[in-house]
Amino acid sequence: MTSQSSLMVVAALDRKTVTGLRALLAIMNHAPGRVNAANTLVPFGEFENLHFARFVILDDHTLDDVQLLYGLPRQEYPLYLAFLCDFDGPSEDFLASLVKLAGAGLRRVFAFCEGFTNATDLLEWVREHDIPIATRYVNWRGRTVKQVREEARLRQAIGAYLRSSMGGLENRTAEQTRVRAREFVRAEIAAGRLTLTPSEGMSWAGKIGGAWHFVSVGLLLALLLPPVLLLVLLRIRPMEKTDAVFAPRPGPELAAELALIEDHEVTNQFSAMGSVKPGLARLWVLSYILWLIDWAARHLFGKGRLARVRTIHFARWVFLDDRKRILFASNYDGSLDSYMDDFINKVGFGLNVVFTAGIGYPRTRWLLAQGANDEQKFKYYLRRHQMPTQVWYNAHSGLTAVDLQRNNRIRRGMEEATLSEDAAREWVQLL
Amino acid sequence: MPVDTKDVQGLLRFGYGSMKEAGYLVLRIRDVAAARAWCAVAPVATAEYQERPPEVALQVAFTWTGLGALGLEPGLLAEFPAEFQSGMAGEEGRSRRLGDIGASAPDKWEWGQPGREPHALVMLFARSGRLADWRQRVENDPFLTAFETIAFLFSGDLDGHEPFGFKDGISQPEIDWRRERATGCDELTYTNVQALGEFVLGYPNEYGKYTDRPLLDPAARGARGLLPAEDNPGKRDLGRNGTYLVLRQLEQDVRGFWQFLDKVSESNEAERLRLAEAMVGRTTEGHPLMPPNTNAIRGIDDASGGPSNRFTYDGDPKGIRCPLGSHIRRSNPRNADLPGGPGSLLSRGLRMLGLCDDSYRGDLIASTRFHRILRRGREYGPRLPVADAVREDPGDTQKRGLQFVCLNANISRQFEFVQNAWLMSTKFDGLSEESDPLMGNRTAAGDGRDSANFSLPMEGKPPRVIAGLPQFVTMRGGAYFFLPSLRALRYFGEGPV
Ligand code: HEM
Repeated sequence: MTSQSSLMVVAALDRKTVTGLRALLAIMNHAPGRVNAANTLVPFGEFENLHFARFVILDDHTLDDVQLLYGLPRQEYPLYLAFLCDFDGPSEDFLASLVKLAGAGLRRVFAFCEGFTNATDLLEWVREHDIPIATRYVNWRGRTVKQVREEARLRQAIGAYLRSSMGGLENRTAEQTRVRAREFVRAEIAAGRLTLTPSEGMSWAGKIGGAWHFVSVGLLLALLLPPVLLLVLLRIRPMEKTDAVFAPRPGPELAAELALIEDHEVTNQFSAMGSVKPGLARLWVLSYILWLIDWAARHLFGKGRLARVRTIHFARWVFLDDRKRILFASNYDGSLDSYMDDFINKVGFGLNVVFTAGIGYPRTRWLLAQGANDEQKFKYYLRRHQMPTQVWYNAHSGLTAVDLQRNNRIRRGMEEATLSEDAAREWVQLL
Repeated sequence: MPVDTKDVQGLLRFGYGSMKEAGYLVLRIRDVAAARAWCAVAPVATAEYQERPPEVALQVAFTWTGLGALGLEPGLLAEFPAEFQSGMAGEEGRSRRLGDIGASAPDKWEWGQPGREPHALVMLFARSGRLADWRQRVENDPFLTAFETIAFLFSGDLDGHEPFGFKDGISQPEIDWRRERATGCDELTYTNVQALGEFVLGYPNEYGKYTDRPLLDPAARGARGLLPAEDNPGKRDLGRNGTYLVLRQLEQDVRGFWQFLDKVSESNEAERLRLAEAMVGRTTEGHPLMPPNTNAIRGIDDASGGPSNRFTYDGDPKGIRCPLGSHIRRSNPRNADLPGGPGSLLSRGLRMLGLCDDSYRGDLIASTRFHRILRRGREYGPRLPVADAVREDPGDTQKRGLQFVCLNANISRQFEFVQNAWLMSTKFDGLSEESDPLMGNRTAAGDGRDSANFSLPMEGKPPRVIAGLPQFVTMRGGAYFFLPSLRALRYFGEGPV
């Protein structure tokens, strides 16, 4: 199995030259929100294993909140450029291809970052600035870009074939139909019109590693649970009752800037950041929860859903600045409003338990309850913390996470030598 | 009744069904003083129940630009929701989400184009034959000095049927006027009763919260005539007893619709009808394709459509009886907060974590109770029977369509969500490459594949896909309006400035 890895390069920018950087990043787009996959700087389309990528300037407009709500001095953080990628296979291979296909372009972009000079070794620098991810979610572990493309083509081909020969299928059983489709696919593969790269199973080492992670981290999390609960009971719950809520409506300029780059296709990007509420208790509980979700995302939810939500392709939570700030980035299906509604209605508790650590988040009860249920405040809160993503690339434009899962089911059903009539009936309905 | 119905415009409570004629005046304010003078005296029909139903009625609503033109101060204007401020045609992103692209793009509209937003809407309703007279009585001074009419949208009466020939206006949410239902709790079975705050501002909505709306200092001029805000008693509530009104003029290509189906069905009349009914999700006479639920559904009794509304899609997860993509299934999927009903606590917990559903497309749709709208649309244009519609030679150039009107307290979460995430979405409920069979704009989705399809799932077979659907419905104009309470209207008349 080829597992998915990610990269997140974060580097401080020189504020004086940010306008120049924005202009350079804009070269990668046809228009705001619409990337040119063949652009000369980072030709995303040439990477065969890249799912999603983005450049985003981490311009946090909420830095005054800590002063406003907690009377603490405003912190001056650097302005960062972040470069995020989600890809198949090991990081080292990807980094090598990055340098090869986009080395010159990346050098031009990173030249805006502090400390990057003509003499800098790009690979070395990228490695140094790749920061760890606290929680990562991958919609379907092991599904590669190549597989996504092959399976999308497969679905189209089978669909077209069956529809064009529909008349002849009237009196067939579903299994006979499936077998016909299977023969058709074989012939197409033989003729070179379709490819289906066999998916490798998980290696023994991978399986053992996974099981070890499941058990060891699971145990640690279980051991840590009582002290964390105690901390919640004694420290967090009292603070929760008085923590100030600050969720004004985002300004019209920000809203317009965000709207400009959204909804050009069925999938969208989301980048947001904010400061963590002051106090070590908060930080410890938050770190624990992110670790728990990371573990659950890896072992319980790697097959098409994060709890009840099936519209996220890749997502991550990342700490910045000594864990004083946190960034959330995701790739999701639908418009942001419908994404937020889906979230509130289906996994409000899951949002609350993390975001409640953010300064100003709508009031929660016992971390899980309320919060996002204050629907309008929650939406304002997310929107206000959101930052426009300057460049965003999606290798499976037009396909939702559900599409990908269905296409894979079609493929798996097609590959079976025989299916029971019931299973075959289910299968033909997928088309 | 805890709501002062004399303060609420009648349209929120009544459809004025007995007034068969209606005409909507789309206006721009010409003279502010006269407009305000008119607001102070406008003969607006209220939601108060009357023994003898009136013969005529008038309702009035304003766009955000219109409220600005009336002289509302900027601070107050800024408290209106963003989508209302920007307007239906004000932002390209919104047009993309609403599907107003291609032939339906705002710059091609007949009214309400970007930069030419109307200021006000005056809706006139009258019993048959009385509209012309009613209009004349209304268009008097100060009305004539106050407003310039940029469009007059007349709607006729096709006996409760929309121009394609289907019975309309059957399913409506039941508003909890008495505020008897607890709000803000999970609903584990589908309910048709909706919190008052979903349709009337100033009351708790389905989340148990008060939807944001402009609040005033009681000391502000004219503010004393307004009711206090329930959730903020120190303030006066400009929104209370008002709501938002969405108006879309949707032109329907009735010939195109039936001729396409005629072609697909090879002129087999029964099949032609069956396909049309599958697209709508109801028969032409309004019977649902789903059998009635054995259990009662809260908020559905004989008054609210009775048997023709007592159904959900729980028994038809694959859309064999009623296609997943049919218009009424898209516009109200009739689900609850958690699939699978109440069940034990453990099973509920597992379902909340999504741990016991192995299907790839179960549980895709968000809870419907947050996304309902109250429809008050009316059809326009002369009747065109199917038999005539399928005939080659048109001979008439009459326009037909729907003056689509809906009311809701939160345009973005209700109307826009239904329109964007459900009707126009090419990915609704796990479908692909198709949007609403009636309303879709057939424009290619992001991947370049077209969306001009409609699929009929079939038991044990690949779905039957009808391809090459033309665009049947085109946007001709539209806007978002605020439908004020009577107190707010009088405040516009005398209060601000
Ligand atoms: C020309 C365009 C349209 C036509 C011809 C049309 C036609 C119909 C018909 C025949 C029904 C069934 C009658 C009923 O259940 O009351 C219906 C129901 C409905 N329509 Fe439309 N409609 C159109 C536009 C829209 C739009 C723009 C929306 C909302 C954005 C919408 C939302 C609904 C809803 C919510 C229902 C009720 C579904 C239910 O509760 O079961 N329709 N429509």
